Amino acid sequence: MNDFRSRVEGERPYLLRYASLQLRDPHAAEDAVQETLLAALAGEASFAGRSNLRTWLTGILKHKVIDAIRRSMRESTLIPEEDAGEFDALFDERGHWVDAPGAWADPDALLEQQRFFIALEACLKRLPHKIAQAFMMREHLGFETDEICKELAITPTHCWVLLYRARMQLRECLEKDWSGKK
Amino acid sequence: MLSCKEASRLVSQGMDRRLPFGRRVQLRVHLAICDGCTNFSKQLALLRRALREFGPKSS
Repeated sequence: MNDFRSRVEGERPYLLRYASLQLRDPHAAEDAVQETLLAALAGEASFAGRSNLRTWLTGILKHKVIDAIRRSMRESTLIPEEDAGEFDALFDERGHWVDAPGAWADPDALLEQQRFFIALEACLKRLPHKIAQAFMMREHLGFETDEICKELAITPTHCWVLLYRARMQLRECLEKDWSGKK
Repeated sequence: MLSCKEASRLVSQGMDRRLPFGRRVQLRVHLAICDGCTNFSKQLALLRRALREFGPKSS
């Protein structure tokens, strides 16, 4: 095995983690990573001169993840409309927060901390599949909302509900499990 | 007057589409007097930044 090949192979666990977080289907994640490694080995020349192998590989994988989402969405059936009523317990009968969101530490300082990202990843893993997918498409992969509606075959209203649920659950999870609260 | 429950939904929706003018005004008035929703809004903005940076450099 030559050096480039073994370095690429060495990134497999990280890439698998990254893909699994967004695809939630071990086979689809494995396929996306496999395609990425093959593309990388075939494209060694285009890596030449770049400093960070992991960043380069993740860039390739991101496209493979988007392709996989598009494929799986075309095959999936319609998701039933849902309301976001599960958060009713967070508000009193007049609609005020029972436990109001607190002030978190300064964003610039927070985003410097690796443990913040570790907590974030743990919280992302706890999100239900469809909610996580819509959220990652919006906030990580940079899809516009109407594009997500189309790919997921849902109405704009449903899309906003999914994104709202993702954000509500994530902020609650982070506030609870992560000690950055002032 | 918006409740926090309604305001939290509008904050989230406002990140995905341009809210109608009347809603934007209502939300701004609510945020001006509500610390909880203001913190909520800042937390969602932080989540957006964090997810953009999420990847090889962060983990």
